[in-house]
Amino acid sequence: MKKRTFDIVLIVLLLAICIAAVLITGLRNQKGSYVCISVNGEVQMYLPLDVDGVFSLNGGTNILCIENGFAYMFEADCPDRICISEGKISRIGQQIVCLPNRLVVTVTDSSQEVFY
Amino acid sequence: MRDFSSRTIALTGTLIALSLVFSYVEAMIPVFVAIPGFKVGLANIAIVFALYNLGFKKALEISVIRVVLSTLLFSNALSFIYSLSAAVVSLLVMGLMKKSGVFSSLGVSVLGAVTHNLVQLVVAVLVFHTKELFYLVPFYIISGTIAGIIIGMISSLIIERTKGLGYEGF
Repeated sequence: MKKRTFDIVLIVLLLAICIAAVLITGLRNQKGSYVCISVNGEVQMYLPLDVDGVFSLNGGTNILCIENGFAYMFEADCPDRICISEGKISRIGQQIVCLPNRLVVTVTDSSQEVFY
Repeated sequence: MRDFSSRTIALTGTLIALSLVFSYVEAMIPVFVAIPGFKVGLANIAIVFALYNLGFKKALEISVIRVVLSTLLFSNALSFIYSLSAAVVSLLVMGLMKKSGVFSSLGVSVLGAVTHNLVQLVVAVLVFHTKELFYLVPFYIISGTIAGIIIGMISSLIIERTKGLGYEGF
């Protein structure tokens, strides 16, 4: 079964790419100080992570909670509610995405630039 | 070469029906929807089977018809763009890989699944203008690899066991 060897090489290669990507992004693994809220690709506002609060986003379609330096989606009117299940975020580059409402919440280190 | 023999038509129809049933069943089994965005893609068993037994053109036909029907039945217009582009591109990749003769159906289905996921991601980025989604690339590659291994194993078993039953080489 020579073909199987190539299959395994392919699978190992794919997993190696993933690990490399995770390691590279992991190097930037610092705590962020702001969350950037963007709708439809346009930045709407920045919220500081060190101030606790509950925020209504995008005209009330999503409700974001900030608590002890973590941000999480508390409520959403979309049917799949994937954004709520994405959990708490606090590190730079982490995000909560709500595709039905075209809303992205990204953790950044400053309120001036979006960190990709 | 166009093949309108009743056997081919019957088998093509059966595979379309089967892939539709698979999409429906998959949506109902909670294990498969537990991780957001992760799908095993049971329907691909039928597609890989078609690719190996009926050839690339028939597999493409089945895949496109399945996407059109499942969109009409279960889904909306937006998901049609994702599903169709992903289905076509991943089938192209699978066809080329099969043609190269280097990989078995396992490898073919793994890269097919990964391509499927990545194309959906690229389309999502184009539709929503959110580059941030590219952060999900490693997750999509891993989930595609796992799904591809599962589907590849099942379909290689089926292809192996139906050999000599008259399904191949229509």
